[in-house]
Amino acid sequence: MSTERIIPHTSLQQHKPKTELMKLTRRQLLSRTLAVSSSLMLGGSFITASDAAWAMELKVLKPETMTTLIQMARDIYPHDNFGDDLYAAAVKGHDDKAAEDTEFRTLIDDGVASLDMAAVDAGHANYLATGWESERVALLRSIESGDFFKTIRGGLVVGLYNQATVWEKLGYEGSSFEKGGYLYRGFDDIKWL
Amino acid sequence: MSAPFDINDDSVVVIIGTGAGGGTLANELAQKGISVVALEAGGRHLPQDYLNDEWPSFGQLAWTDMRTTSGSWRVATDFPNLPAWIVKAVGGSTVHWAGASLRFQEHEFKVKSEYGEIEGANLLDWPITLADLEPYYDKAEDKLGVTRTNGIEGLPENNNFKVMKAGADKLGYKDCHTGRMAINSKPWKGRASCQQLGFCFQGCKMGAKWSSAYTEIPFGEATGNLEVREHAHVLKIEHDDSGMITGVLYADKDGNQHLQKCRIACVAGNSIESPRILLNSASSLFPDGLANSSGQVGKNYMRHMTGSVYASFENPVHMYRGTTMAGIITDESINDPARGFVGGYEMETLSIGPAFMAAFLNPGAWGREFSAAMDTYSHMAGMWLVGEDMPQETNAITLSEEKDHLGMPVANVHFDDHPNDIAMRNHAYQQGKAVYDAVGATQTHPTPPYPSTHNMGTNRMSENAGDGVVNKWGQSHDIPNLFVSDGSQFTTGAAENPTLTIVTLAIRQADYIAEQLTTKAL
Repeated sequence: MSTERIIPHTSLQQHKPKTELMKLTRRQLLSRTLAVSSSLMLGGSFITASDAAWAMELKVLKPETMTTLIQMARDIYPHDNFGDDLYAAAVKGHDDKAAEDTEFRTLIDDGVASLDMAAVDAGHANYLATGWESERVALLRSIESGDFFKTIRGGLVVGLYNQATVWEKLGYEGSSFEKGGYLYRGFDDIKWL
Repeated sequence: MSAPFDINDDSVVVIIGTGAGGGTLANELAQKGISVVALEAGGRHLPQDYLNDEWPSFGQLAWTDMRTTSGSWRVATDFPNLPAWIVKAVGGSTVHWAGASLRFQEHEFKVKSEYGEIEGANLLDWPITLADLEPYYDKAEDKLGVTRTNGIEGLPENNNFKVMKAGADKLGYKDCHTGRMAINSKPWKGRASCQQLGFCFQGCKMGAKWSSAYTEIPFGEATGNLEVREHAHVLKIEHDDSGMITGVLYADKDGNQHLQKCRIACVAGNSIESPRILLNSASSLFPDGLANSSGQVGKNYMRHMTGSVYASFENPVHMYRGTTMAGIITDESINDPARGFVGGYEMETLSIGPAFMAAFLNPGAWGREFSAAMDTYSHMAGMWLVGEDMPQETNAITLSEEKDHLGMPVANVHFDDHPNDIAMRNHAYQQGKAVYDAVGATQTHPTPPYPSTHNMGTNRMSENAGDGVVNKWGQSHDIPNLFVSDGSQFTTGAAENPTLTIVTLAIRQADYIAEQLTTKAL
């Protein structure tokens, strides 16, 4: 992992749905989509949760590509109590970077294409259509030494685990100075020893 | 004359770096009325600027300028351009250190005599003893306000410590307490007491932890004898035909170069940058770099045997609440070769947030095993294992092919573990696991060394000029008005966290420099 890769990209920290999409009603939003999985819907240049609880507008990556990255993210660091929104926020930065860097965009597009090819070789329609986690993980293992996988996994270390919502789910309370530290907030409250 | 000083004022002492060594030396000299120009590569960040947020704080404080790595250590694979996790700012790594302030043990100053010949190890006795340093350790502990010294009580026990202590008691360890810490358990010398923020590594926003950034540096500046130049990147140290140092060449924020003349130069840029500067200063008179007639500049790089053990429990721990290094077991710090290795190690609680845990628990790992461990974060306790590593001539700072933004070769850090380091780490992992198993750990995670925080030994102190770079005062064997004032002068690394000893040596060196100036020896 390079130094550059472990310094967080601010755009990866918290994803907020884009305003254009937010102007649409839930029905309007969903009317423009196609279901690709139990929880994600694709539009022309956006992805939304099947209940339209969140949506992500894309700059250059295809919605299918981003959906694949979101599924990859969950398969790489599976936390079953994390919603797709957290994984989407964790990989959103790749779209931003691809918009500025064609070489990077090629890395992502080609990477997803070869992952899908590996899925076809294994008898599936593509990665997203590979039904079981264990089967998808086997596909990821087959590409884990390549730059595409390393880029996605390396980005997730910060992109996923540097989110305040993730911290809450993991039981971490974070910044404390503004609350007077932990001196009166349980620094020594362990009872079970 | 009082600060600021003229660039052509050749009566000043120039100190490169403002951390534990450089910052302390700068203040000590300034207090004695000696004119000092301190060149600091970073900017100035004070408690109000520090961030209770791991990655943004890393971005604010860490040295992320290019470095390269080689060797079989795992850091070279996982963090190839981040061999060390140290600070680039006024105060250096005293901004992010944990505060553990332990004296070296008597035998650790004479390990060659104690341990005998160890194959592959370039062991050497220090030219000084514990007795030589004791009066200065006293001064350093008073300066830092170290708990359990000078009548200062220990810090209270946090959750992470309580887990360690319960395990230590069950294993029969005798010496386990909340440490000797340069963190105030009560207000000390104008600094507040610890509120258990849990962000010692991000700079203490209470100022409860000693850092030269907000003690030594402003105290020195208040005398009018110290000028700190920020964003001053040193390129090389210059000398005259007789081989005496005449000035230090540095680039300012805009890349403009300046030559500050001086009477004495002191290098305190840490064990990676200090030898790099000496090597980059090679000249026709000193073709192998300054102070390098022994060939030992950059050699014998030590980083301590380290590793961590994190353990998950059925019930919550919340290890992140409170001081990062909240306590210690010292029982394993003895030299007992019956364990299968020479030297010893300390076991010190450590906690990192989920953002850093994800990066450091097992770099490169993925899948359910990894995320299952992360899921137990709030139920985790953790400790850091830190012990004496063997100096090896092949573990070295050399000049890389890569150049920095000023066109100077960057440092390459080469490191291979010595078999003694590996044997010690395996023992330490087992003992760390045993501590947590004794109190019901459901899973323990042996965690590999982080990028180096303890960097030592690359300009080592020696009795004989042929064996090392500096004498017992940190003065170059070759060039009398050139000093090394940081941890790179350590002959060997001992088991203890190095900062207290760096501060101690700097206080002692200041006395020596003042005497040399008074007697006109320099």
